Order: sequence, then structure tokens, then C-alpha cells
Amino acid sequence: MNFNTKTYLSENTSAAPLAVFRIAFGIMMCFGMIRFWYHGWIETLYILPKFHFSYYGFEWIKPLGVYTYLLFIVCAIAALFIALGFKYRLAIIIFFLSFTYIELMDKTTYLNHYYFISLMSLLMIFLPANAYFSVDNVLRKKSYKNIPKWTIDSVKLLLGIVYFYAGLAKINSDWLLEAMPLKIWLPSKYDLPLIGDTLMHQNWFHFAMSWSGMLYDLSIPFLLLYKRTRVFAFVLVLIFHIFTRVLFPIGMFPFIMIVSTLIFFDASLHIKIINFLKRLFKYVVSNITTKSNYNYQFRKPITGFLALFFVIQLIFPFRYLIYPNELFWTEEGFRFSWRVMLMEKMGISTFKIVNGETGDFFYVDNKDFLTPFQEKQMSFQPDFILEYSHYLGDHFTLQGHENVQVFVESYVALNGRLSQPFIDKNVDLYREKESFKPKYWILPFKDEIKGL
Amino acid sequence: MFTVRKILLTLTAVAFMMACGSSSSDDEPSEETDTFDRGALLTNISNNIIIPAFQDLVTKLSVLESDKDTFITTPDQTNLDALRASWLEAYKVWQYVEMFNIGEAEALLYGFQMNVYPTNTIDIENNVSAGTYDLTSVNNNDAVGFPAVDYLLYGVANDDTSILAKFAEANYKNYLSDVINQMKSLTETVLNDWTGSYKDTFVSQTGNTATSALNKFTNDYVFYYEKGLRANKIGIPAGVFSTDPLPEKVEGFYGKSFSKELVLEALNAVQDLFNGKAYTSSATGESFKTYLQNLERNDLVTTITTRFNDARQKLEALNDDLNSQINTDNTKMTEAYDALQLAVVSLKVDMLQAFNISVDYVDADGD
Repeated sequence: MNFNTKTYLSENTSAAPLAVFRIAFGIMMCFGMIRFWYHGWIETLYILPKFHFSYYGFEWIKPLGVYTYLLFIVCAIAALFIALGFKYRLAIIIFFLSFTYIELMDKTTYLNHYYFISLMSLLMIFLPANAYFSVDNVLRKKSYKNIPKWTIDSVKLLLGIVYFYAGLAKINSDWLLEAMPLKIWLPSKYDLPLIGDTLMHQNWFHFAMSWSGMLYDLSIPFLLLYKRTRVFAFVLVLIFHIFTRVLFPIGMFPFIMIVSTLIFFDASLHIKIINFLKRLFKYVVSNITTKSNYNYQFRKPITGFLALFFVIQLIFPFRYLIYPNELFWTEEGFRFSWRVMLMEKMGISTFKIVNGETGDFFYVDNKDFLTPFQEKQMSFQPDFILEYSHYLGDHFTLQGHENVQVFVESYVALNGRLSQPFIDKNVDLYREKESFKPKYWILPFKDEIKGL
Repeated sequence: MFTVRKILLTLTAVAFMMACGSSSSDDEPSEETDTFDRGALLTNISNNIIIPAFQDLVTKLSVLESDKDTFITTPDQTNLDALRASWLEAYKVWQYVEMFNIGEAEALLYGFQMNVYPTNTIDIENNVSAGTYDLTSVNNNDAVGFPAVDYLLYGVANDDTSILAKFAEANYKNYLSDVINQMKSLTETVLNDWTGSYKDTFVSQTGNTATSALNKFTNDYVFYYEKGLRANKIGIPAGVFSTDPLPEKVEGFYGKSFSKELVLEALNAVQDLFNGKAYTSSATGESFKTYLQNLERNDLVTTITTRFNDARQKLEALNDDLNSQINTDNTKMTEAYDALQLAVVSLKVDMLQAFNISVDYVDADGD
């Protein structure tokens, strides 16, 4: 092998692709925040609920009441500043912190693509995305034509990991041999024009979509990397994301992925885009010294940190291997692993408050404490069930109930199997503590899903 | 060096081979999958179940109305007995329509004006003594409908002689009369909407959207079973949601001996709807059951049927008067509740998952 890290790290490339990426990212994020507000989700997801599901270790992160709106405003303005390249470093740090804070407020809303955005913005803190075509250039009276090649490669790597790991996760018997959950999802789209009653119910179509989805995810990073397949790959990206947008309510994610993919293209394309923008905004450059190469002040610690970041990204999705039981069932190590659209899982969880001394009991009406969305998400995820049990236990203890024990009768159906008991109903969950250890009170899954 | 084009060709070929290969192995039974006609399901349900049930209810309420007229003209024991009998007949038919909270019924809050129990006897007595009232007011939801009639015919005084004595008073006569007339006119309004324009609207909305008739109807059905039947009729009085049992919250509390009969009718209604069985005959048509069969979920059909039947068995083992059942042996009530709950699991988790119904309450992005 003649790969030399030192040489690689000192290679330079045009700054244009990263500048275009920065602009697109900033605009989409700003739009995403406004869209979130416009749909009233700040209120329904973060202000109205009485109780919020926290991530283990981040219990201190909670919505801020009406100030939650302020948080979204800060985040949106930071995103706009990123797009402009105005006070870029500060803007991206504020964006990363505020966006991540928003995502940590309630895990009910967890989505892989929100996690992706948090990671991408963390990465972008360390990239010179304002080196070229930015307001900062005007302020500092200098811009850079080239930036280290590894900076752009790191964005490509993160995108590649998302795709490739999403593909790996599809190599399992439910997805490939049963075409699940597409077999449930696609037929329910019977009312789509043209394809609704012709394709959506066809067995071969479910399998074709499952297999091509898996192959697409695994191969697309490589097809984008090679110049000769790049245009074809981009067409695939368009088809795939538009198709998923039509079929599923996945918000802005398809657009984010489509636009992000542009970074794989040669600088010439990005220079064209920038020239177009320059003409559009009548951008006149005056007294800006254009330097050829951007040099990092703290290259060593930064590249070291990012190397560590990527090693963690590569290993972290495999943490489920440490847990003994079926991943899809227990979801121990399921999140933060690019397992996207893999399961159709629904449950019902009924909580029983028992007086440990007398044995008197009553059931809880979940609607008294949770929003319908929270109840839906809670019903099939063990860590939600545990956290909610503690909330209920505390609530009823505070109300004056004595010797409170909390039990749950829970049934879950996974990928079209008949529902089966999910949690051991004889375990007092009020006494169980959250930890990273396997949860022994999750009942075993009465089937097997083979694969990664 | 292998060319990228070759890789590409291979991948595409593999994808197609996989797709075709896997479908050829088991395509015989499933090629026809989407011949399922959701419009036919809605047609069967509206033509053969909903409309006939409402028609029957209007008939029964007409009998109730004329028996009431006879009674208030001559409030004697014979007429009271006849009135009570026609009240029960109508109440039983009501069990077949309570789940159809859609269209005009939803707009009118029909269910709230027909069957909120326990009824509020203080409100009723206040209305009676005031002599003026707005029965459609939300505040009077618990002072009208079947439970209010239950109170007036059985609970307004300690024994029949004293009850008859009450109906010597014009205010009691008027209130009873107004409540029953109101029940009939509301039901006619709902029926007329169904036989008028609503049926076509209902049948045409087969889409999978949060507001389509098919989805709303399915969600309403599951909701009714969970709330209206399981919780209201059995769970709440048995005290499963409270520290102590609340036996006064049974349906038909004052009549004493009908609460079991009513819940059994309700369960039959729910199961008949699942099976697509016509209201007036034993003929069956497209239904949730045939939809599930079409999705190759016979396992689920069997489970749901078994669970309904198990629940019926548990209900049949109860005392005719659920109030006295709760006071003597509440364990049987909680057992019945548990059996009913298992069917909630099958309907709410398994059936809704199989249909992949777009739910109206979750408004956020998915992965």
C-alpha cells in the first residue's frame, strides 16, 4: 500500500464544493426550522406534553416552555448565518448546540436524519466551509481558492456511512426473505395515482423494492465516488428519494440527501453554481485578497479528533452485538445506527399501579399523561416504558398512594407477526433502573430474525 | 481493471433476478391481492349494517314514543310496564349503532346526547322542577338519553307506586316526553343523513388518509370497542381505573337487571361488524374479516374471533345485574375485563398494523 497519511492530509482541492454544501445546508436547515414551527410541532411536541421522554444521561435537557420558540429562532438564524458564511464558526457551533438540544428534549421524536444533522453540524464546526464565497471573506478581506482535500472527503465519508450502514441493516431475513415491512406499507398506498392499484399490492414488487433498496444503500456511496458512474448514481439518488418521499411521510430528509449528494461532483459544477449565484445577487468582489491554500492553525488536534469521530461512527452501530436478545425486539442498540424504515412495530402498554402491601390495584389511562404520539412511541420501546413507569410511580406516590408498585401489561406486534407479550408483567418496573445493561424484564422474542 | 459499468450491470441484473426469483416461489395465492374492494366493504357496512340498524332504532323509538304517550295520558302500572319494555328494546338496538360515530352522528355529538351514564339525577331533577331546559346543551348530556329514561322509569322513586305517583305531576310527564321525543328526532336526523347524501360520501372515501371515511370508521370502531364497550360497560364500574370499584357506573343502573344483556348485545354488534354480517339476516359481505383474509392474515382472524368468543363466555358468566355482580364478586368482572382487553390488543395493534391505517393523531415526520 502506498497510501501516505501525511501526503494525503496535505493535498488540496477546490473550496467550491464545500462552499456550495454550506449554503445548501444552511438554507435547508433554516427552512426546516420554519417548517417545524409552521406545522405547529413546537407546540404539539414540546410545549403541550406534560411529560417528556429523555435520553439516558441527558435527563437535564428539557423543553424550555415558551422559550422553546426562542431556541428554534436561534437555531434558524444560526442556519441562515451558515448559509451566508457570516460569522461561520460561531454560527455553526450555535447551530450544532441548539439543534442537538432540540433533538435531546424528547426522544419521542427521534429520527435518524435528525441524528445525521447533529453529526454533520458537529463535523462542519471543524471544516473551513467559509473559506470561499462567504460574507466572512468580505469581512476579513481574504478568501481561499483551495482547502485541504480531506475536509470535503470527511463530508463524503459521513454521507457514505449513513448509506452503507443503512444498507447493512437491511441484510436480514425479514427485509430480504419476507419483504417486511414493505409488504405491509406498500399495499396501504393503494390510493396513489397510477401505481396505487397496479403495483403496490404485487408480491414481486415488495421483493423488488426490498432488494433494490438494500443494494442501493450499499452501493450508492461507491457509485458516487467513481467519476464514470456518478451521473447515473445521482439519477438513482433522485429516483430513490423522490419515490420514498411519495410513499412515506419523511419530511425534508429526501431533499437534504439529494442536495448533499452534490458534494461528490467535481469542483467545476460547484464553480458554475457559485457563478450563477454571483450573477443572481450581483455579487461584486472588491478588495478581497484571494489566497491559494487554506491552512489549519490546529491541524493535528483537529484531524486527530475527526479520526476518532469516524472510528466511533464506524463501531457504534455494531454495539447491539453486545446485547443477547433480538435487536428489533429489545431495541437495545437500535438508535443512532442508521436503521431506517426497518420495522413496522406497534404495541399497547397498560400500566397497573399496585399497592404492594394490600395488593389493591388500578390501571392507568395513558391519555391522562401522554400525547397520542408519545403513547404510540412508548408502547413498544422498553426504555420508554421504564421511564414512564418511574414517572407514574412518582406521580402516584406524590398523590398519596402508598407502597406504589408499577407493572405493565404490554403486547407488541413486529413486522406482521401476531402480537405477543412484551414485558414481564410480574416485574415491578418502579424498582428497575435505567442502564446500558440488558433489560432482563423484556420477554424473549418468539421468532428469529437472521442477519446483521 | 474491472469496469464500473460491469459492476453496475451485475448489480442491476442481481436486483432483478432476486426480485423475480423470490416472487416466483410463492406467487400463486397472492397475485390477486389488490382485488380487495374497499368500496364494497363500506357499501356492505352502510347498506346492510348501519342503515338497517338505524332504521330499526327509529322503529323501536317510535314504539317507545307511542308507549310514552299512552303512559303520560294514563300513568298506570300496565302502561309503565309496556313503556319499560319498549325502552329496553330500543336500548338493545342502540347497542348496534353506538359505534357509528361518523357523519351526522359525529357532527351532532349524537352519542353524547343518547347514552352518557351514569346519568346526573340532580340535573334531571333540577330540569324537571324548573320546567324549562335546553336538552341539546352539553351541560345536559348527562341528563338525557337512555340513562335519563332509565332513571325516570326505575329510579325516580323507591317503588312502582311512588314512581307512578311522580308521573301524576305535569313536570315529570313533560320531561320524560321531551327526552324521548328528542332521542327519536336525533336518531331520525342521523338516519336521514345516511339515507340521503352521506352514504355515497361514506362509500366513496376509500383512501388511506387521516380523514377518509374508511380510516375514520376503522379508528372509530376500535375506539368504540376500547372505550365505549370495554371501559365504560365493564372496566370503569369494576374499578380497574380507580382505587375502588364504582358499581353505580354500570349501564342501565336503575333498571337493575339489564346491564349484562346490554353489554352482550354490544359485543354481538362489534363482532357482527367485524364479520360483515347483515343486521337483518345472517348474510355476510365484505368486512374487516375479509380484508384481513385478503391480506393473508387468517391467523389474525382466528385470534380475533377466539378472543371475542372468550370475552362473551366471561360476560355470560356474570350476574344479570352487573351492579350486584361487582358488589358480590368483582373478580368475575375483572376477568371479563381482561378477556375484553385481549381483543383490544388484537384490534388496535394487529389489525391496525395489518391495514397500516394512517392514524389521525400522529402529525410529525417519520424516518
